[in-house]
Amino acid sequence: MSRIIVIALNTFKENLRDKILYNLVFFGLLLIGSSILLSTLTMGEQAKIIQDIGLASINLFGVIIAIFVGIGLVSKEIEKRTIYTILAKPVQRYQFLLGRYCGLALILLVNTAIMVVGFFFILLVGKISLGSGLIKAISLIYIELLVIVAVAVMFSSFTTPTLSASFTLAICVIGHLTADLRVLGAKLQNELTKGILDGLYYMLPNLEYFNVKGPAVHGIAIAPLYVVSAIAYGVLYSAVILLISCVIFQRRDFK
Amino acid sequence: MTPIRTDGLTKEFRLGLGRQRVVALDRLNLEVHQGEIFGFLGHNGAGKTTTIKLLLGLLAPTAGQAWILDRPIEDVTIKQQVGFLPEAPYFYEYLTAEEFLTFYGQLFGLGGAPLTKKVEELLEMVALTDARRLQLRKFSKGMLQRIGLAQALINDPALVVLDEPMSGLDPIGRRDVRDIILSLKEEGKTVFFSTHILPDVEMICDRVGILVRGRLRAVGTVQDLVGTSGVASVEMVVAGLTDAGIQEAERQGGKVLRRGAQVLLRLDDPSRVDSLVELVLRSGGRLVSLVPHKRTLEDLFLEQVKAGL
Ligand SMILES: Nc1ncnc2c1ncn2[C@@H]1O[C@H](COP(=O)(O)OP(=O)(O)OP(=O)(O)O)[C@@H](O)[C@H]1O
Ligand SMILES: [Mg+2]
Repeated sequence: MSRIIVIALNTFKENLRDKILYNLVFFGLLLIGSSILLSTLTMGEQAKIIQDIGLASINLFGVIIAIFVGIGLVSKEIEKRTIYTILAKPVQRYQFLLGRYCGLALILLVNTAIMVVGFFFILLVGKISLGSGLIKAISLIYIELLVIVAVAVMFSSFTTPTLSASFTLAICVIGHLTADLRVLGAKLQNELTKGILDGLYYMLPNLEYFNVKGPAVHGIAIAPLYVVSAIAYGVLYSAVILLISCVIFQRRDFK
Repeated sequence: MTPIRTDGLTKEFRLGLGRQRVVALDRLNLEVHQGEIFGFLGHNGAGKTTTIKLLLGLLAPTAGQAWILDRPIEDVTIKQQVGFLPEAPYFYEYLTAEEFLTFYGQLFGLGGAPLTKKVEELLEMVALTDARRLQLRKFSKGMLQRIGLAQALINDPALVVLDEPMSGLDPIGRRDVRDIILSLKEEGKTVFFSTHILPDVEMICDRVGILVRGRLRAVGTVQDLVGTSGVASVEMVVAGLTDAGIQEAERQGGKVLRRGAQVLLRLDDPSRVDSLVELVLRSGGRLVSLVPHKRTLEDLFLEQVKAGL
């Protein structure tokens, strides 16, 4: 356990010094800030536009950081052979992987928090009240990031950085469309393709589950039970993916 | 206690889609003794790094077994007593030298004042005290090699495994590394290192193993392998030798190189020195110098590689 924490804290510390991260957060903040300008261009719905853009920016930059930092921390380490020295220490492979994951979760928490502070500041400037819906939406965005990082770590555990990034990106996109897979499957006559689509539906993360940005912005109530079940789904899904990653990682050769 | 023992250790790689097999290490049987410096020699691609990765559990063997400090290599806890420097090391760019060593110490469960002290000592030992606050991405290749050596020693290991520790170092750096390896031996540690820098090996190794194309061709002390008496060739410089004398010397197996008034005679068969000297004197020549060349590890290494290819 203590080794996982040591690795997690080191991951966190090291990444705080990476300029790429600051740049991403900076652009996130810029986009959030620009919502004020954009909202003045349109009449009426100003508050909604500010909230829309704010949440979307937090989500988008969170995902970008999750994918690129996530991939960098595991598969680049393998490519650059830093991992040789770590695994030559009394560290189990699963400890390395989980340490990395926890460190990443911490980094994402900090980065999301910075963007959220920027967002709240803009809300304050725009004199928009902060509803509980926004807090719920932001929490679920963070859970989504945890799932994406788990997927990134899984791909990193057996393939190259470029491929991991592409696969994770693909899963992110498809993950928002899984409901459509189901609908498509229902329309098809062929049992086999229907079965495959259904299988994919259950295997791929249903990222749309974490998307309550619409209701949050429009002030539609989000049931607490929904939030709890979405969190439970995200945590469980990540745990399973991490377990699979550990099994793959345990067996791989470092060439 | 046996620091390293392998029994039929084998690693095959499969290449590409054709699944062509490459035997990187072929049934290695090796025993490294307690407290010795063992030099693991081999040409590029001989399988040195593969062997080391197998020993540290970075690769899984295709066949065979190995033990480190009498415990099977699959047992992660043995690493508590092992130090390792990989080939061409690369470390966390954004950590400073000090933070880096502290991090690695923590992986061994070290901490607090003893760790701080150890880090200080090691930085001193590898002459990086001045660079301790510098991030590793600003390090030169030689500095990285030094910090790599320091991290391998953070846990006071009983066995130190180094993959080409001298590569990338200037002559001073190489001498420093040699001295560090020798001091490790004095502390009772066992050192196993791979290299192709042969003079270093001759200078510090108790025993060497020569690996050619994945096969261990020879193991023993440098003296045993090269031979104590082993004079491989003799070179003499002679003045005032007549043309007839030169021709005669050539017929006796000498290789001749004219240098103005002097002649360099090289004889690959040392047993014929006496008769050649006699010939030189008989034909009016004067012996300027006579230098016997001992058989070096390099000669042996080249022979073994040639025979093994
Ligand atoms: N991942 C891999 N896939 C396929 N073949 C490999 C792989 N790694 C090593 N080999 C092959 O195994 C053999 C031994 O390689 P190894 O790296 O152990 O050599 P080495 O003795 O360390 O050489 P060098 O002195 O150049 O470092 C080589 O023929 C190499 O091509
Ligand atoms: Mg090598």
